[in-house]
Amino acid sequence: MPSPARTRTLRDAIGLGVAVGLYGIAFGAAAAGAGLSTWQAVAMSALMFTGASQFALVGVLGAGGGALAALGSALLLGTRNTVYGVRLAPLLTPRGWVRRAGTAQLVIDESTAMAVAAPDRELGRLAFWATGGTVYVFWNLMTLVGALGASGLGETAQAALDSVVPAAFLALLWPRLRRTAAEPEVSRRVAVGGAVVALVLTPFVPAGVQVVLAVVAVLLAGRPRRTAAA
Amino acid sequence: MSSGTLWTVVLVGSLGCYLLKFAGLSVPAAWVQHPLVTRVVDFVPAALLGALVAVQAAASGRDLVVDGRLVGLAVAALALALRAPFIVVLVLAGAAGALVHVLAG
Repeated sequence: MPSPARTRTLRDAIGLGVAVGLYGIAFGAAAAGAGLSTWQAVAMSALMFTGASQFALVGVLGAGGGALAALGSALLLGTRNTVYGVRLAPLLTPRGWVRRAGTAQLVIDESTAMAVAAPDRELGRLAFWATGGTVYVFWNLMTLVGALGASGLGETAQAALDSVVPAAFLALLWPRLRRTAAEPEVSRRVAVGGAVVALVLTPFVPAGVQVVLAVVAVLLAGRPRRTAAA
Repeated sequence: MSSGTLWTVVLVGSLGCYLLKFAGLSVPAAWVQHPLVTRVVDFVPAALLGALVAVQAAASGRDLVVDGRLVGLAVAALALALRAPFIVVLVLAGAAGALVHVLAG
Protein backbone atom coordinates (compact mmCIF):
# COMPACT_ATOMS: atom_id res chain seq x y z
CA MET A 1 0.00 0.00 0.00
CA PRO A 2 1.82 3.03 -1.29
CA SER A 3 1.26 6.11 0.84
CA PRO A 4 3.03 9.49 0.67
CA ALA A 5 4.81 8.74 3.97
CA ARG A 6 6.10 5.38 2.70
CA THR A 7 7.22 6.91 -0.57
CA ARG A 8 9.01 9.72 1.26
CA THR A 9 10.72 7.27 3.63
CA LEU A 10 11.85 5.08 0.73
CA ARG A 11 13.13 8.05 -1.26
CA ASP A 12 15.11 9.42 1.70
CA ALA A 13 16.48 5.99 2.57
CA ILE A 14 17.62 5.21 -0.96
CA GLY A 15 19.06 8.70 -1.47
CA LEU A 16 21.11 8.41 1.70
CA GLY A 17 22.12 4.86 0.81
CA VAL A 18 23.45 5.89 -2.60
CA ALA A 19 25.31 8.92 -1.21
CA VAL A 20 26.97 6.92 1.56
CA GLY A 21 27.63 4.04 -0.79
CA LEU A 22 29.67 6.33 -3.06
CA TYR A 23 31.97 6.80 -0.12
CA GLY A 24 32.91 3.14 -0.66
CA ILE A 25 35.15 4.32 -3.52
CA ALA A 26 37.34 6.05 -0.94
CA PHE A 27 37.40 2.91 1.19
CA GLY A 28 38.32 0.65 -1.72
CA ALA A 29 41.12 3.01 -2.73
CA ALA A 30 42.38 3.35 0.85
CA ALA A 31 42.37 -0.44 1.27
CA ALA A 32 44.37 -0.91 -1.93
CA GLY A 33 46.79 1.82 -0.82
CA ALA A 34 47.28 0.02 2.50
CA GLY A 35 48.34 -3.17 0.69
CA LEU A 36 45.09 -5.14 0.75
CA SER A 37 44.16 -7.10 -2.37
CA THR A 38 40.96 -6.26 -4.21
CA TRP A 39 39.35 -9.41 -2.77
CA GLN A 40 40.36 -8.47 0.76
CA ALA A 41 38.86 -4.99 0.32
CA VAL A 42 35.64 -6.46 -1.06
CA ALA A 43 35.50 -9.09 1.70
CA MET A 44 35.77 -6.34 4.31
CA SER A 45 32.87 -4.39 2.85
CA ALA A 46 30.72 -7.50 2.52
CA LEU A 47 31.54 -9.06 5.91
CA MET A 48 32.58 -6.25 8.25
CA PHE A 49 30.23 -3.66 6.69
CA THR A 50 30.74 -0.80 9.12
CA GLY A 51 32.57 2.11 7.52
CA ALA A 52 34.45 3.67 10.40
CA SER A 53 35.88 0.32 11.54
CA GLN A 54 36.87 -0.54 7.96
CA PHE A 55 38.63 2.79 7.47
CA ALA A 56 40.36 2.44 10.86
CA LEU A 57 41.62 -1.05 10.06
CA VAL A 58 43.13 -0.11 6.72
CA GLY A 59 44.32 3.25 8.08
CA VAL A 60 46.35 1.55 10.81
CA LEU A 61 47.72 -1.07 8.40
CA GLY A 62 48.55 1.64 5.86
CA ALA A 63 50.50 3.52 8.53
CA GLY A 64 52.61 0.40 9.06
CA GLY A 65 50.72 -0.76 12.14
CA GLY A 66 50.48 -4.34 13.35
CA ALA A 67 47.55 -6.72 13.22
CA LEU A 68 46.53 -6.25 16.85
CA ALA A 69 46.49 -2.44 16.67
CA ALA A 70 44.44 -2.62 13.46
CA LEU A 71 41.95 -5.06 15.01
CA GLY A 72 41.79 -3.08 18.26
CA SER A 73 40.83 0.18 16.58
CA ALA A 74 38.28 -1.52 14.32
CA LEU A 75 36.61 -3.35 17.21
CA LEU A 76 36.56 -0.30 19.48
CA LEU A 77 34.78 1.66 16.75
CA GLY A 78 32.43 -1.30 16.25
CA THR A 79 31.12 -1.12 19.83
CA ARG A 80 28.68 1.64 18.93
CA ASN A 81 26.79 -0.81 16.71
CA THR A 82 26.06 -2.83 19.86
CA VAL A 83 24.29 0.16 21.36
CA TYR A 84 22.43 0.74 18.09
CA GLY A 85 21.26 -2.88 18.22
CA VAL A 86 19.90 -2.40 21.73
CA ARG A 87 17.97 0.66 20.53
CA LEU A 88 16.68 -1.12 17.42
CA ALA A 89 15.68 -4.45 18.99
CA PRO A 90 12.27 -3.27 20.28
CA LEU A 91 11.52 -1.61 16.92
CA LEU A 92 12.60 -4.46 14.65
CA THR A 93 11.81 -7.39 16.98
CA PRO A 94 13.72 -9.88 14.81
CA ARG A 95 12.30 -13.29 15.72
CA GLY A 96 14.46 -16.39 15.53
CA TRP A 97 18.20 -16.74 15.09
CA VAL A 98 18.21 -16.60 11.31
CA ARG A 99 16.28 -13.34 11.04
CA ARG A 100 18.25 -11.82 13.87
CA ALA A 101 21.52 -12.85 12.22
CA GLY A 102 20.48 -11.20 8.95
CA THR A 103 19.18 -8.08 10.64
CA ALA A 104 22.39 -7.66 12.64
CA GLN A 105 24.58 -7.22 9.56
CA LEU A 106 22.65 -4.08 8.55
CA VAL A 107 22.93 -2.40 11.98
CA ILE A 108 25.09 0.63 11.10
CA ASP A 109 25.07 4.40 11.67
CA GLU A 110 22.80 5.27 8.74
CA SER A 111 20.19 2.52 9.05
CA THR A 112 19.88 3.23 12.79
CA ALA A 113 19.57 6.99 12.33
CA MET A 114 16.87 6.60 9.66
CA ALA A 115 14.94 3.95 11.61
CA VAL A 116 14.97 5.90 14.87
CA ALA A 117 13.95 9.15 13.13
CA ALA A 118 10.91 7.59 11.41
CA PRO A 119 7.54 8.76 12.75
CA ASP A 120 6.14 5.30 13.52
CA ARG A 121 7.13 1.67 13.88
CA GLU A 122 6.17 0.48 10.42
CA LEU A 123 8.00 3.34 8.71
CA GLY A 124 10.92 2.76 11.07
CA ARG A 125 11.26 -0.82 9.88
CA LEU A 126 10.93 0.24 6.26
CA ALA A 127 13.60 2.92 6.79
CA PHE A 128 15.94 0.40 8.44
CA TRP A 129 15.72 -2.19 5.66
CA ALA A 130 15.69 0.30 2.77
CA THR A 131 18.63 2.32 4.10
CA GLY A 132 20.66 -0.69 5.23
CA GLY A 133 19.99 -2.58 1.99
CA THR A 134 20.83 0.36 -0.29
CA VAL A 135 24.01 1.21 1.61
CA TYR A 136 25.02 -2.47 1.52
CA VAL A 137 24.64 -2.79 -2.26
CA PHE A 138 26.30 0.52 -3.16
CA TRP A 139 29.01 0.32 -0.50
CA ASN A 140 30.14 -3.07 -1.85
CA LEU A 141 29.93 -2.08 -5.52
CA MET A 142 31.84 1.15 -4.93
CA THR A 143 34.47 -0.63 -2.82
CA LEU A 144 35.20 -2.78 -5.85
CA VAL A 145 35.40 0.29 -8.10
CA GLY A 146 37.75 2.06 -5.66
CA ALA A 147 39.99 -0.96 -5.14
CA LEU A 148 40.31 -1.63 -8.87
CA GLY A 149 40.83 2.05 -9.67
CA ALA A 150 43.55 2.49 -7.07
CA SER A 151 45.81 -0.31 -8.25
CA GLY A 152 48.36 1.12 -10.63
CA LEU A 153 48.06 4.72 -9.47
CA GLY A 154 50.87 7.15 -10.26
CA GLU A 155 52.75 9.14 -7.63
CA THR A 156 50.51 12.20 -7.85
CA ALA A 157 47.36 10.09 -7.58
CA GLN A 158 48.91 8.36 -4.56
CA ALA A 159 49.48 11.79 -2.96
CA ALA A 160 45.83 12.60 -3.64
CA LEU A 161 44.75 9.35 -2.00
CA ASP A 162 46.98 10.05 1.02
CA SER A 163 45.04 13.29 1.50
CA VAL A 164 41.66 11.63 1.02
CA VAL A 165 42.10 9.26 3.98
CA PRO A 166 42.44 11.87 6.77
CA ALA A 167 39.64 13.87 5.11
CA ALA A 168 37.47 10.74 5.20
CA PHE A 169 38.03 10.37 8.94
CA LEU A 170 37.24 14.06 9.45
CA ALA A 171 34.02 13.63 7.44
CA LEU A 172 33.05 10.68 9.67
CA LEU A 173 33.79 12.75 12.79
CA TRP A 174 32.15 15.98 11.64
CA PRO A 175 28.46 15.15 12.26
CA ARG A 176 29.32 14.50 15.92
CA LEU A 177 30.79 17.99 16.28
CA ARG A 178 27.94 19.93 14.68
CA ARG A 179 25.76 22.09 16.89
CA THR A 180 22.78 19.84 16.16
CA ALA A 181 24.56 16.73 17.56
CA ALA A 182 24.12 15.48 21.13
CA GLU A 183 26.59 17.36 23.38
CA PRO A 184 28.82 18.58 20.53
CA GLU A 185 31.13 20.45 22.92
CA VAL A 186 31.91 17.19 24.71
CA SER A 187 32.61 15.46 21.38
CA ARG A 188 34.94 18.29 20.37
CA ARG A 189 36.87 18.02 23.64
CA VAL A 190 37.16 14.24 23.33
CA ALA A 191 38.16 14.39 19.64
CA VAL A 192 40.86 17.00 20.23
CA GLY A 193 42.03 15.00 23.24
CA GLY A 194 42.25 11.85 21.12
CA ALA A 195 44.22 13.70 18.44
CA VAL A 196 46.67 15.15 20.99
CA VAL A 197 47.22 11.82 22.75
CA ALA A 198 47.85 10.09 19.41
CA LEU A 199 50.32 12.72 18.17
CA VAL A 200 52.22 12.82 21.47
CA LEU A 201 52.56 9.02 21.50
CA THR A 202 53.48 8.68 17.81
CA PRO A 203 57.29 8.84 18.28
CA PHE A 204 57.24 6.33 21.14
CA VAL A 205 54.92 3.45 20.20
CA PRO A 206 54.61 1.14 17.18
CA ALA A 207 52.44 2.56 14.37
CA GLY A 208 48.74 2.21 15.05
CA VAL A 209 49.07 1.58 18.78
CA GLN A 210 48.71 5.32 19.47
CA VAL A 211 45.26 5.23 17.86
CA VAL A 212 44.06 2.49 20.21
CA LEU A 213 45.63 4.21 23.23
CA ALA A 214 43.92 7.49 22.29
CA VAL A 215 40.70 5.90 23.49
CA VAL A 216 41.68 7.16 26.99
CA ALA A 217 40.54 10.60 25.77
CA VAL A 218 37.01 9.34 26.33
CA LEU A 219 37.63 10.18 30.00
CA LEU A 220 37.34 13.84 28.96
CA ALA A 221 33.64 13.21 28.37
CA GLY A 222 33.16 13.13 32.14
CA ARG A 223 30.14 11.72 33.87
CA PRO A 224 26.73 11.62 32.16
CA ARG A 225 24.75 14.79 32.56
CA ARG A 226 22.00 14.35 35.13
CA THR A 227 18.64 14.31 33.43
CA ALA A 228 16.66 15.04 36.60
CA ALA A 229 17.42 17.93 38.93
CA ALA A 230 19.68 16.62 41.66
CA MET B 1 52.49 -8.22 6.20
CA SER B 2 51.85 -11.45 4.28
CA SER B 3 48.62 -12.09 2.40
CA GLY B 4 47.73 -14.82 4.91
CA THR B 5 48.14 -12.47 7.86
CA LEU B 6 46.07 -9.82 6.07
CA TRP B 7 43.30 -12.34 5.44
CA THR B 8 43.38 -13.29 9.13
CA VAL B 9 43.07 -9.64 10.16
CA VAL B 10 40.23 -9.07 7.67
CA LEU B 11 38.27 -12.15 8.74
CA VAL B 12 38.85 -11.87 12.50
CA GLY B 13 37.99 -8.16 12.39
CA SER B 14 34.85 -8.87 10.36
CA LEU B 15 33.73 -11.60 12.73
CA GLY B 16 34.36 -9.38 15.76
CA CYS B 17 32.45 -6.43 14.27
CA TYR B 18 29.58 -8.72 13.30
CA LEU B 19 29.36 -10.18 16.80
CA LEU B 20 29.26 -6.66 18.25
CA LYS B 21 26.23 -5.91 16.03
CA PHE B 22 24.58 -9.23 16.83
CA ALA B 23 25.11 -8.77 20.57
CA GLY B 24 23.17 -5.51 20.51
CA LEU B 25 20.06 -7.26 19.15
CA SER B 26 20.46 -10.19 21.53
CA VAL B 27 21.53 -9.06 24.99
CA PRO B 28 19.07 -7.72 27.57
CA ALA B 29 18.97 -3.93 27.16
CA ALA B 30 19.85 -3.42 30.83
CA TRP B 31 23.35 -4.84 30.25
CA VAL B 32 24.23 -2.10 27.83
CA GLN B 33 22.11 0.73 29.13
CA HIS B 34 24.14 1.47 32.23
CA PRO B 35 24.74 5.26 32.04
CA LEU B 36 28.53 4.91 32.25
CA VAL B 37 28.62 2.24 29.54
CA THR B 38 26.52 4.30 27.13
CA ARG B 39 28.62 7.35 27.99
CA VAL B 40 31.82 5.56 27.03
CA VAL B 41 30.34 4.00 23.88
CA ASP B 42 28.84 7.33 22.79
CA PHE B 43 32.19 9.09 22.91
CA VAL B 44 34.70 6.37 21.93
CA PRO B 45 34.16 7.16 18.21
CA ALA B 46 35.05 10.84 18.78
CA ALA B 47 38.31 9.89 20.56
CA LEU B 48 39.34 7.34 17.93
CA LEU B 49 38.29 9.39 14.90
CA GLY B 50 40.14 12.41 16.32
CA ALA B 51 43.23 10.25 16.73
CA LEU B 52 42.86 8.80 13.23
CA VAL B 53 42.48 12.24 11.64
CA ALA B 54 45.66 13.40 13.38
CA VAL B 55 47.73 10.30 12.66
CA GLN B 56 46.64 9.98 9.02
CA ALA B 57 47.29 13.68 8.40
CA ALA B 58 50.55 14.24 10.26
CA ALA B 59 52.33 10.97 11.11
CA SER B 60 54.69 8.99 8.92
CA GLY B 61 55.89 5.94 10.80
CA ARG B 62 57.22 7.35 14.08
CA ASP B 63 57.81 10.85 12.69
CA LEU B 64 55.48 13.80 12.59
CA VAL B 65 55.59 15.45 9.18
CA VAL B 66 53.93 18.40 7.48
CA ASP B 67 52.97 17.74 3.86
CA GLY B 68 50.09 17.95 1.41
CA ARG B 69 47.89 15.85 3.69
CA LEU B 70 47.53 18.72 6.18
CA VAL B 71 46.59 21.07 3.34
CA GLY B 72 44.04 18.52 2.16
CA LEU B 73 42.67 18.25 5.69
CA ALA B 74 42.28 22.03 5.96
CA VAL B 75 40.43 22.09 2.64
CA ALA B 76 38.22 19.22 3.84
CA ALA B 77 37.38 21.09 7.07
CA LEU B 78 36.42 24.18 5.09
CA ALA B 79 34.26 22.12 2.72
CA LEU B 80 32.54 20.36 5.65
CA ALA B 81 31.88 23.70 7.35
CA LEU B 82 30.21 24.83 4.10
CA ARG B 83 28.09 21.63 4.22
CA ALA B 84 29.53 20.11 1.07
CA PRO B 85 28.48 16.47 0.47
CA PHE B 86 30.91 13.69 1.52
CA ILE B 87 32.10 12.91 -1.94
CA VAL B 88 32.85 16.57 -2.75
CA VAL B 89 34.84 16.88 0.48
CA LEU B 90 36.95 13.87 -0.45
CA VAL B 91 37.55 15.03 -4.03
CA LEU B 92 38.60 18.51 -2.88
CA ALA B 93 40.96 17.10 -0.24
CA GLY B 94 42.50 14.74 -2.77
CA ALA B 95 42.92 17.53 -5.32
CA ALA B 96 44.59 19.75 -2.71
CA GLY B 97 46.99 16.95 -1.71
CA ALA B 98 47.87 16.24 -5.33
CA LEU B 99 48.41 19.95 -6.05
CA VAL B 100 50.84 20.28 -3.13
CA HIS B 101 52.67 17.17 -4.35
CA VAL B 102 53.04 18.64 -7.85
CA LEU B 103 54.11 22.08 -6.60
CA ALA B 104 56.56 20.70 -4.02
CA GLY B 105 57.88 17.94 -6.29
